[in-house]
Amino acid sequence: MQYLLLIYDNEKVWADMSPEESGKLFGEYMQFSKEIRESGHFIAGEALQQVHTATTVRSRNGKTTTTDGPFAETREQLGGFYMINAKDLDEATAIAARIPSAKIGSIEVRPIQAFEQPAAMK
Amino acid sequence: MQSVAAIETVFRQERARVLATTIRVTNGDFDLAEEIVQEAFAAALTRWPTEGTPAEPRAWLISVARNKAIDTIRRRVKLRAIVAAEDPVDTADPAELVAVPDDRLRLIFTCCHPALAPEAQVALTLRTLGGLTTEEIARAFLSAPATMAQRLVRAKSKIKEARIPYEVPEASQLAERTDAAMAVVYLVFNEGYAATAGDAWFRRDLCSEAIRLGRLLVELTGDPEAKGLLALMLLHDSRRDARTDAAGDLVLLEDQDHASWDRAQIEEALALVPDALRPANRPGPGPYSLQAAIAALHASAPRAGETDWPQIAALFGELMRRHPSPVIALNHAVAIAMWRGPAAACR
Repeated sequence: MQYLLLIYDNEKVWADMSPEESGKLFGEYMQFSKEIRESGHFIAGEALQQVHTATTVRSRNGKTTTTDGPFAETREQLGGFYMINAKDLDEATAIAARIPSAKIGSIEVRPIQAFEQPAAMK
Repeated sequence: MQSVAAIETVFRQERARVLATTIRVTNGDFDLAEEIVQEAFAAALTRWPTEGTPAEPRAWLISVARNKAIDTIRRRVKLRAIVAAEDPVDTADPAELVAVPDDRLRLIFTCCHPALAPEAQVALTLRTLGGLTTEEIARAFLSAPATMAQRLVRAKSKIKEARIPYEVPEASQLAERTDAAMAVVYLVFNEGYAATAGDAWFRRDLCSEAIRLGRLLVELTGDPEAKGLLALMLLHDSRRDARTDAAGDLVLLEDQDHASWDRAQIEEALALVPDALRPANRPGPGPYSLQAAIAALHASAPRAGETDWPQIAALFGELMRRHPSPVIALNHAVAIAMWRGPAAACR
């Protein structure tokens, strides 16, 4: 069973950290990624550029609009993700709790929806 | 030969247990399991009156439900022709399946999983373990049946799609998860006990249902704090007839006629309190056990004037030290005031 772990934290908290503090947290991320690769849970995982670099695209009635943003006034922003394999939700949440940002932000755990492939496409 | 009424009594007694095992066989598919249990009971209704009631009705029902579950899953697998996508069917021997400890414990922990919203935990627990209908749950909680039905559908869908495990939690999480299950049971009880609105008959039913679930938690976990919770509910509920006067107005504890309290229920509760206060699995007595000890002292007073206030004040002090809250602080002060006068309480 696959889960996407979405990492939300406050970019300002990161920006306000001393180099020692952010270096320590970064080290914890390296260690965590190494551990879940070795345990076989890891499928993918990346950090994202800051939210001010984001662009939002919408297609309506054949017309595409591209805007800067999102400008959601939320305290926490999507900052990265891990895609993992876990046997059930309890295992997935236990792994999510070990993500270093769980201490300063929050992790959203989303099961991946499996679509059955139509026979013709196989 | 058995009457339909007698068979229905068996259903009521065995439904939760048969359902709990069937959910395990269907790999956590609550909807499919409910449907199959319904079919198993329908089969009993047609077969038992002519073939006679089996020696072990529960084993019969579980084995019929299990076979139906396996048939249904096999049919689905064949239909889709994607054998790999379907989890392997539980192929345990029927005797073994019936002999396993008790699947109701898995059911409790799954229904009271922290990944479900508290109101969904309550609804699902009443639906699956209590066997209440969606309409009954909606009536008890003063919500529209459609809203309650949707809440149940969402919860069952989350269990399936997010794969909330159908398992008893591992030892390191057991105490915490038992606390969550106890919170659900106590919420059901309070809904029946504290609220003044709604259908009085259903509210009393909710209290009995909570007590039944409380007994089940004690039976299945043996957790001393679960004994404390059961004792607390039994003690509160023992005063159900004394709490309101003929006009339906609330009667305060000090004005209640102690003779109208349910003595048998009080005795049952008092026997649970010593165990509850000496838990081996926790650092000290939990909040339900301490509150049960306080309620036990109230219940043991022959008249309102003879309540053991020093002891009650000491227990509230302990409760305040371990689980502080403004309500506990207030109750602590009241107990001291009853014991040594208002001046001491203000200190």
